[in-house]
Amino acid sequence: MSIIWTIAAMEFRRLFHSPLAWVVLALVQFVLAWVFLLGLNEYLTQVMPRMAGRENAPGITDLVVSAVWLWAGLVMLAVMPVLTMRTFAEERMNHTLPLLTSAPVSALQLVLGKYLGLLGLLGLAVLMWALMPVSLVLGTSLDWGRLLSGMLGLFLLLASFAAAGLYLSALASQPVVAAVSTIGLLIFLAVLYVSGSAQGSASTLFIYLSHFGHFLSFLEGMFDSSDLVYYLLFIGFFLGLAVLRMGNERFRG
Amino acid sequence: MEDEILLEARGLVREFSGGYGVRELDLHLHRGDVLGLLGPNGAGKSTTLQMLSGNLAPEQGDIRVNGVNLLARPRAARACIGYLPERLPVYRDLSVREYLGYCARLHGLTGAAAKAAVAQAQTRCGLDAVQKRLIGNLSKGFQQRVGIAQAILHQPAVIILDEPTVGLDPLQIRELRTLIRELGQEYSVILSTHIFQEVQAICNRVQILNQGRTLLADSLENTGVLEQVFFDLVYRDDPAAREQAETA
Repeated sequence: MSIIWTIAAMEFRRLFHSPLAWVVLALVQFVLAWVFLLGLNEYLTQVMPRMAGRENAPGITDLVVSAVWLWAGLVMLAVMPVLTMRTFAEERMNHTLPLLTSAPVSALQLVLGKYLGLLGLLGLAVLMWALMPVSLVLGTSLDWGRLLSGMLGLFLLLASFAAAGLYLSALASQPVVAAVSTIGLLIFLAVLYVSGSAQGSASTLFIYLSHFGHFLSFLEGMFDSSDLVYYLLFIGFFLGLAVLRMGNERFRG
Repeated sequence: MEDEILLEARGLVREFSGGYGVRELDLHLHRGDVLGLLGPNGAGKSTTLQMLSGNLAPEQGDIRVNGVNLLARPRAARACIGYLPERLPVYRDLSVREYLGYCARLHGLTGAAAKAAVAQAQTRCGLDAVQKRLIGNLSKGFQQRVGIAQAILHQPAVIILDEPTVGLDPLQIRELRTLIRELGQEYSVILSTHIFQEVQAICNRVQILNQGRTLLADSLENTGVLEQVFFDLVYRDDPAAREQAETA
């Protein structure tokens, strides 16, 4: 266990040794702040006057905060491959992988360590994004349950992106290949949702398979254990494949 | 004690396309041995060392490190190995001390034991003055020393060095040779090189490879003039190479 933490801590720290983590955190925060302010402005000037006096009117958490989470998921679709490509593909290209494969570290410890390091960054990012909706507390009351379920959903969505990216990074010998194939897979899963919910060719199977389908129910404030299980299976499947791949590393030339 | 075998490989086979690779290679290393692996480019030196370090699985044959089967129990066996690959496995964005601390923890050392191991390896490899600098900003020679420090940090029984003196200046080469001789007294060292003087200066045994096979494995005292023996063996093994050398 302590080896896993050692690898995770180093992975997390090295993200911040390069400008990468800083740039990612700053840029995504900027984009989401923009989305947040736009939504807030629209809510204050357009929505609120019309909703006045109505019963069960959608609150600020439904309209503004959920939009921020949805955008966060979309933006990270493009950003995550850049974070995951470092894990194995870049180490392989820089010839630093033998350090880990010569040490008395199992493939499982290696993969979990790398993954936890990434999750650390994702957790930090989600907390930083959450500061924006939480700041609304100064002026209004929030639907905390819905806010937290959205955060959890977003974290699970990003964790599933990371697991898929980690596996493709374990396969690739070049970081760019890892990044491109990861972005391809993630966009494919998003397209599955779009095609599953298209008029005329709607398919519940496609929606079920896409990780966005499960994310949206979290955004609506619905915590369905089947959604949680979907993400855990998704993550477990790709991490398992990554462990197998890294365990076979020495059988390749 | 003298005859304790720390590393033993039997019948190693690993073939690559184009006729390269290692065929039926036997190798053994006693405590106190410094074995030089000598051979022309493409002879299979690095492949052999990759297999011995557990980074490449042989197609046939088995490897025992300190009595532990490397292929059956890789983690236990790898704990007894220190390996310096041909390309340095260093993170350029870490300082020397951070990097060595990480290596120590990867080998299961914690707290004071890790600190002591790092301090000792730094001193042995002459890295004390640069311990706070980033590895990426160091000269090639210092980076090479960091690689060696990483390999000896956890006091492994078997130290595997793939071309350790590449890129060092003559002074550093001399220091490193002294260090390897020292290490050889406590542990066992296997190193690859294509420099005869290096083998003559630091090794007590030599194994000459060509085209993936062993041409000679003997102690240095019995070998005579290494350079001559080497050319005789390689040319006898591969007459085409002699013709090429003579026409040139």
